[in-house]
Amino acid sequence: MTRYLVRRTAQAIFVLFIVTIIVFSILHFLPGSPARAMLGIKASPGAIAAFNAANGYNRALPVQYVLYLDRLVHGNLGFSYHFDQSVGSLLALDLPKSALLVGASYVLALLIAIPMGMVQALRRDKLVDHTLTTFSFVGYAMPTFWLGILLIVGFSSTLHVFPPEGPQGATVGAALSDPGAMVLPVVTLTIVTVAQFSRFMRASTVENLLQDYVRTAQAKGLSWWQLVRRHLLRNSLLPIITLVGLSLPGVLSGAIIVEALFNYPGMGWLFWTATGARDYPVLMGFTIVVAAATVVGNLLADVAYAMADPRIRYQPS
Amino acid sequence: MTSTDLLDPGATSLPGAPVVAGNRGWRQVVRDLFRNRMGVAGLAAIAIMLLFSFVGPLLYPTDQTHPNLLQITLHPSAKFPLGTDEVGYNVLGRLMVAGQSSLEVGLAAAAIASIVGTLWGSVAGFAGGWVDEVMMRIVDALLAIPALLLVLLLATIVTPSVFMVIIVLGLISWLATARLVRGQVLMLKSLAYVEAAKQIGEPAWQIVLRHLVRNVVGIVAVQATFEVANAILLFAALSFLGLGPPPPAANWGGMLTDGLNYVFDGYWWLIYPAGVCIVITVVAFNLVGDALRDSLEVRLQRR
Repeated sequence: MTRYLVRRTAQAIFVLFIVTIIVFSILHFLPGSPARAMLGIKASPGAIAAFNAANGYNRALPVQYVLYLDRLVHGNLGFSYHFDQSVGSLLALDLPKSALLVGASYVLALLIAIPMGMVQALRRDKLVDHTLTTFSFVGYAMPTFWLGILLIVGFSSTLHVFPPEGPQGATVGAALSDPGAMVLPVVTLTIVTVAQFSRFMRASTVENLLQDYVRTAQAKGLSWWQLVRRHLLRNSLLPIITLVGLSLPGVLSGAIIVEALFNYPGMGWLFWTATGARDYPVLMGFTIVVAAATVVGNLLADVAYAMADPRIRYQPS
Repeated sequence: MTSTDLLDPGATSLPGAPVVAGNRGWRQVVRDLFRNRMGVAGLAAIAIMLLFSFVGPLLYPTDQTHPNLLQITLHPSAKFPLGTDEVGYNVLGRLMVAGQSSLEVGLAAAAIASIVGTLWGSVAGFAGGWVDEVMMRIVDALLAIPALLLVLLLATIVTPSVFMVIIVLGLISWLATARLVRGQVLMLKSLAYVEAAKQIGEPAWQIVLRHLVRNVVGIVAVQATFEVANAILLFAALSFLGLGPPPPAANWGGMLTDGLNYVFDGYWWLIYPAGVCIVITVVAFNLVGDALRDSLEVRLQRR
C-alpha cells in the first residue's frame, strides 16, 4: 500500500509538472505580449523593452519558465490586465461559487445516477431500462446551453417558477441566500452529469451481475434485496469512485457553459469573460488551478479505491 | 479483455493468437452490427443526416451567403418550411449547410484523434519503461485540463474556420484513444506471435504498424464513433462561447446560439430545429458506437 501511494503521488507531481510546461508553452505562443496587453497598442518600443526587462520577459525561455514555476510555487498566479487584480484574488472570490455549483450538481447527480443505473441493470432490456436509457442518451446529446435555455423557457418564461438568472451575490453566502436562482443552473448541470454517470453505473452493475459471487449468494439463499444491498451495490460502486475523480474536468467544462448562460459569477464565467478580453493570465491561472484540482482529485480517488478494494492494494506491480 | 477470453471455446482464432476484434472477422462484426436494432437505427439516422446535409442543398438550393433584410424572422410557410432567421436566411436550407460543417468537424476531428491516439498509444505500450511513463503522463496532464478550456485557449490563438476547429478538436480528442490503445498493446505485446516477430528480427516500427496497430482497429473504431459525437458537441459549445467560425459560415451550434436571442419572442423555429439536429446526430453516433462495441466483444455476446 505504501509503495502504491508513493508511486501514485510521484506520478501526480510529475503530471502537474507537465501541466505547467503545457500552460507555459501555450502562454508563450499566444499572439500579443503581456507588455502590449498592459501598456496598450500605442506603447513605444522603449516602454515595451523597459516593461519586458522589469518583468523578466527578455530572458531566455528556460529561465522564464523557471521564474514562472517559482511564482506558481509561491502561489502567485499572475496579474489580470483586464480586471486589474491579481489572478489569485479573482479566483479566491469566484472559486467558492463554482465549487458550490459543481459540488451541488455532483452530489445530486450521484444520488440520482446510482439508483438509476442499478434499476436499469436489474431491469435490463425492460421498459424502465429503455426509458431511462433514452433519457440519458438524449441528456448527453443535448448541448448544455440548449438544455439550459429550454429549462429557462419552461420554468421561468412560461411557468414563472424560477428566475432565468443565477444568484448575483459576490460571495457564496449571498448566492445561498437566493436559493431559487440556484435551481436552474444546478438542475442543468445535474442532468448532463446524470446522463453520463447513470450509463457508467448501469454498465458496472451489469458486469457485476454476471460474476460468480452473485450466483453463490443466490445459491446460499440470500434474499434478492440482501444480495443487492450487501454485494451488488458495494461492488458496483467501486468504479464510481474513479469516475468521480476522472469526470471533474468534464463537469467543469459544463460549468463554464452553465455559468456563461445563467450569468452566474463563478470561475467559469470569469474564464469566459477573460476569453473575450484575451486576458491570458486569468486563462492560465484558471487552467492551472483546475488541472491541479483534477490531478489531486484523481489521486484521492485512486487512494480511496485502493482502500476500498484490497485487490488493488495487493496487486504486485 | 481478460485471460478467460483466451480459454473461450468459441473463439475463432488459433491458440496463442490474440483474441481481439480483428480476429473475429469484419464480416461477422458487420453482420452482428446489423442485427442490433439500435445500431441499425443509429446508422440510418447518420445516413439521413449525411444525405440531408450534403445532398439536400442540391435538391433544395437556397442563398446562405447574402442576408436578405426584407424577409427576416418570417414564420414557417409554404415558401419557407422552417421560416427565416434574423438576417433573412432560409432556416431549412441553412440547417443543411450548417450540417455540412458540423458533420465535417465531427468526422475529421475523430479521424485525427484516432490516428494520433493509435500511434501514441501503441508506441507507448510497445516501448514500455520510462518512454511509456513519460508519454502516458503527458496524456494524464492533458486529460487534467478540461477539454473546453484547452479548446478555448487554442481557439484564442487561431482564427476560427472549419479547418482550424477540426485541427483544434482533433488535437485534444486523441487522449482516450491513446489510453485504450496502450492497454490493448500491453496485452498483445505479451503474446507469442509478437515475441516471435521480435525474435526473427522484425524492426520495432514494423511490429507496431503491422501487428499491433492492426489489432487495435476495433477498439479505435468504437472510440472514434464516440469522438465524432463529442466533437460535434464541443463545436456547438465553442460556437455558443463566440469562438466558432463567423457568418456567413453556418453550423448547428452557431444557429442555436443566434436563435437564443429570440427565445422569448416565440420564434421557436430558430432554437428547436438546430438543437434537434444535434441531438439526433449525437445520439446516432453513440448508438452505433455502443452497437459496434457489443458486436466486437465476444465476451458479452456469449452471455
